[in-house]
Amino acid sequence: MATTGSSGRAESAVSDPAERAPGRWGLKSAVLGVLLFLNVPVLIVFLYAFTTDDQAFTFPPPGLTGKWFEIAWDNQDVRDAVWLSFKVGIVATIAALVLGSLAAAAVARTRFFGRETVSLLLVLPLALPGIVTGIALRSSINVLGIDFTFWTIVAGHATFCIVVVYNNVLARLRRTSGSIIEASMDLGATGWQTFRYVLLPNIGTALLAGGMLAFALSFDEVIVTRFTAGGSQRTAPLWIFDSIVNRPRNRPVTNVVAMAVVVVMLIPIFVAQRLTSDASLLGAPPTDDD
Amino acid sequence: MGRRASAFLWRHPKLRLGLLLGPPLLWFGGVYLGSLLGLVWQSFYTFDDFAGKVRHDLGFDTWERLWSNDTNRIIVGRTVVMALAVTVACAVLAYPLAYFMARYATRRVKALLLFLAIMPLWSNYLVRVYSWKLIMAKEGALPWSLDKVGLGKGLEWALDLPYIGGQGLTFSLLGQFIVFTYVWLPYMVLPVHAALERVPRSFVEAAGDLGAKPATVFRSVIWPLALPGVVAGSIFTFSLTLGDYIVPTIIGNSKPVIGAQVYVYQGVAGNLPLAAAFTFVPIAIMAVYLTIAKRLGAFEAL
Repeated sequence: MATTGSSGRAESAVSDPAERAPGRWGLKSAVLGVLLFLNVPVLIVFLYAFTTDDQAFTFPPPGLTGKWFEIAWDNQDVRDAVWLSFKVGIVATIAALVLGSLAAAAVARTRFFGRETVSLLLVLPLALPGIVTGIALRSSINVLGIDFTFWTIVAGHATFCIVVVYNNVLARLRRTSGSIIEASMDLGATGWQTFRYVLLPNIGTALLAGGMLAFALSFDEVIVTRFTAGGSQRTAPLWIFDSIVNRPRNRPVTNVVAMAVVVVMLIPIFVAQRLTSDASLLGAPPTDDD
Repeated sequence: MGRRASAFLWRHPKLRLGLLLGPPLLWFGGVYLGSLLGLVWQSFYTFDDFAGKVRHDLGFDTWERLWSNDTNRIIVGRTVVMALAVTVACAVLAYPLAYFMARYATRRVKALLLFLAIMPLWSNYLVRVYSWKLIMAKEGALPWSLDKVGLGKGLEWALDLPYIGGQGLTFSLLGQFIVFTYVWLPYMVLPVHAALERVPRSFVEAAGDLGAKPATVFRSVIWPLALPGVVAGSIFTFSLTLGDYIVPTIIGNSKPVIGAQVYVYQGVAGNLPLAAAFTFVPIAIMAVYLTIAKRLGAFEAL
């Protein structure tokens, strides 16, 4: 549909002939349709969080109310689940920050045998189906005789969060000159001073962005968590899953928790987006450009 | 002291590398790779049906059982067909959006469109699946809207179809297909857009100037150049559908897919060897898929 009316006139190189083609309206409405398809469903959940309907799911909602928010807030199960998700997210993010930036520093600054494999290895938990990671971790936790606790959830989450931090920090380190560290040391700074005043200001936003994305990833996760959580451990996504599958009567509260989880996740994402332009959204390893 | 330590490390790059790489590799080697290898090992154990217990003698019993079982083959077939259908649907839906972004949108509009395309990825995955349970419910938004535009009969007809139909959209493979497409679509939009960005505008104009019809321009200029992007996106949509067990648990008739069956084997049945062996089916399929994708140049488009 691009160049139907194209002629040899000079200005056709400047103004796209397809601007005037009737086919563009078809394209525009297709674009609009796809964008609606992608974004309306979550908004529907938001709408249902306010519906007065507590049994069926009549659309449009017969009336709107805010009472479910109050009921959800008073629900101890819900509070515990959201709080557990927070704690897991924070601890998993810290672990991912430490391990991810160590790996990034090693890969960015040194050449060694198997250097290319590190990226591949770290992205594996995101690339393989979640069920593989989940079962693998569960069976080795079983074999080792470890109880399923808070810490087993954290271990699972940290495993797939590392790569996000790694990608962000690595991308930043590649754009930062290594000589500034040498200069700092030559000028007599201690290792700590160099880290604090030279390295950290340079990679700080990358760390923060990577950490935010890692937290969001952890807060979102349900597939691996189902395998690594103990019987009494329920993160917010696990609570929602349980409600959807086993407790259809709990729908109004489920809607509220669903909305809350989406809103809570968006905050770190927006922060990460503001902080850096190289936040790798798909967890794909950065291209090796040196 | 600290200075001497850093000087020492400077002089011994191997040691420095070891200290940097040690902890993450220990974690990955120990926790993750160890678990994966353990899973391979487990798949060679045998499950005793009578005792309902795992016997720790190594052999190919479990693998044989995986292949010889018709039900398992049907499950694998069903999952692969679903993954392919979802991949095609994602490509068809992603293309106009990506094309518009790459060719017509101004910088600001493009940023907004990209944001709207990625936005769903950052909403909770489970909530996104759940939203369709609300939308596709009998009294939900989708049947309501279809009724309003006079397509209610169309929906009834679709649900009456054998195999993909069902009691309601929520309980049909058709509904499952819609939800999978919705959930993974953003993963297709991004690489296709990236690939289309790299198609030089002058190529398209030249083809037009030389008298090619729009369809010809698409078939012989744009499509071949955009193909690596589509294949790159399909790696995500195909692989993610292949391994997912959350969507089929919430939406669809209760016919199992690979992921759900694996979950049943390791959980209720307690047959970890078979579950372990079964998880390598999607991995093997993906390995084949990636080999083909590499041939088609998908990795340059990632």
